[in-house]
Amino acid sequence: MVYLGPRAQPEQIAQVREKLGLDRPLLLQFGYYLRDLLRGDLGVSLRTHRPVLVGIIDHLPASLELMFTAILLAMLVGVPLGVISAKKENTAIDHFSRLLAVASTSLPSFWLAMIFQILFFRWLDLFPIGGRLDTVVGLIHPIEKITGFYLFDALITGNWSAFKDALMHLFLPAITLAAYSTGIITRMTRSTMLEVLREDYITTARSVGTSEVEILFVQALRNAIGPTLTAAGLCFAFMLTGTFFIELIFFWPGLGTYTTNAILLNDYPVIMGVTLLMAVFYVTVNLLVDLLIAVVDPRIRLG
Amino acid sequence: MKEEVLNKRFRRTRDAFRAATRVFRNPVTTFGALILVLLIATALFAPYIAPFPDQGRGLSNLEERLAPPSLRHPLGTDNLGRDILSRLIFGARISLKAALLVVSIVVLVGVPLGLIAGYIGGKVDEFIMRFADMILAFPSLLLAIAIVASLGPNLFNALIAISLPWWPWYTRLMRSQVVTVKESPFIESARAVGVSSVRIMLRHILPNCLSPIIVQATLDMGYIVLSIAALGFLGLGTQPPAADWGVMVSDGREFFLKQWWISTFSGGAIFLSVLGFNLVGDGIREAMDPKIRWRFQRN
Repeated sequence: MVYLGPRAQPEQIAQVREKLGLDRPLLLQFGYYLRDLLRGDLGVSLRTHRPVLVGIIDHLPASLELMFTAILLAMLVGVPLGVISAKKENTAIDHFSRLLAVASTSLPSFWLAMIFQILFFRWLDLFPIGGRLDTVVGLIHPIEKITGFYLFDALITGNWSAFKDALMHLFLPAITLAAYSTGIITRMTRSTMLEVLREDYITTARSVGTSEVEILFVQALRNAIGPTLTAAGLCFAFMLTGTFFIELIFFWPGLGTYTTNAILLNDYPVIMGVTLLMAVFYVTVNLLVDLLIAVVDPRIRLG
Repeated sequence: MKEEVLNKRFRRTRDAFRAATRVFRNPVTTFGALILVLLIATALFAPYIAPFPDQGRGLSNLEERLAPPSLRHPLGTDNLGRDILSRLIFGARISLKAALLVVSIVVLVGVPLGLIAGYIGGKVDEFIMRFADMILAFPSLLLAIAIVASLGPNLFNALIAISLPWWPWYTRLMRSQVVTVKESPFIESARAVGVSSVRIMLRHILPNCLSPIIVQATLDMGYIVLSIAALGFLGLGTQPPAADWGVMVSDGREFFLKQWWISTFSGGAIFLSVLGFNLVGDGIREAMDPKIRWRFQRN
């Protein structure tokens, strides 16, 4: 039905059934799917009749751009907040930052996105409501497609007005997406910092008169950052599903939009392809994070 | 003899009380607990506190469509004229019921599997744990979305879909517990006097491994409420006319730039209840062991 539209003739249906192999036994169909999968073929979208892999590659940069910005924001806010929270353990500041952190992990992202839209678009009129680029800006200053990352492409081609516009469009979705990770990163930084701050070398550093800022953000943080990086990596992997809701609300043409449309139309090859690819992505990110930790922390040896 | 039993009971109550004071010494945790008490009370007494119980259950009232918040409708009405407050109050029932169901399914599947894997070991252990790892390789909500998308959208399928990627966490937790308890002397002596394996597992090992499971289940409630709302928002969970918070947010999306109250208040209800669960969970975790890592799940 999705493949041919509502006016399909019986002969056409029979043809398509044969073409897609639907007349064969279910187990055999699954076998063919696995065979194609090993060749890197995820099948063809029932709706667009384009290969699923091409669809994913087209939509991935938009999502990745959003995710990279979000994780960067989360680190920039979460790490200092965690450090301060650990320094001022059990004070009002610590309680407040705890409330903030837990609250940010409790927010339904789709709701937060809508609140931001009302606040910053409808009432303050500071940021656009959605999309990646203004239509007018896109026409006057088209972004040359090099990597698919609008910010990066606009920057290296010196396309300033498009860069600014893309940045404005990116802002709201990025902070919405960052909210959850910021909470996790804050809590993680706090708990490891608490441990590190009790160690002897910190006392030594204090006694020789190292400034408190240097102790906290250089000497202690260096040893406390490992678990935070692991957490950030996992958050990054989870963002891939987080973007689903955010892309839907901000009309962001990324992987989430692609998949949501597929779900609404029962476009199974796309759903299966995206799910599989995300699992691969997820495992890969976990592996990369482990490797990264080994580079940062000399106490961990690979082998 | 009797005195001893009494003493023991007294000590137990006292220990529990001390643990509770430790948890609730933190004002933020207490705030979370307060939210939860309110939420549970709301769910229990929904028909008595909702101003318009019929509308809470789904009866439409077209004369008062999209009315802004007023004295009569403190949180306004939706596109079918139903009182938002009443809908939210009835929504609390659905959310809590669904979350409890998911937790029960997950525990009932995950715990026995972990028990078997840990106790029997060998190939069985290998098989169960590798299967669990395989499921954990998928981001949980994504897998849930994919499952409902293929089973067809309704609340029952949504609950199954959320539980399916979730039980391996419990299997892992349970297995790690069982492996340590299994080696203790009292299990060895039970085996020596010829107690059957099944009886050892159920009577001697299981009760000794349950407390971390119960704590974990409490911690997961918030996440599950959120997942149910997320699936509802995508139209993959509860179907109308039942009042589901996620569905209400998505219903309000059509109007929300002008009639902001529908989505805003429904989402606020989700946020508050998840916040309650998470604050209490975080407090328990902190009190038990500040080193326990945050688990990463969601969306």
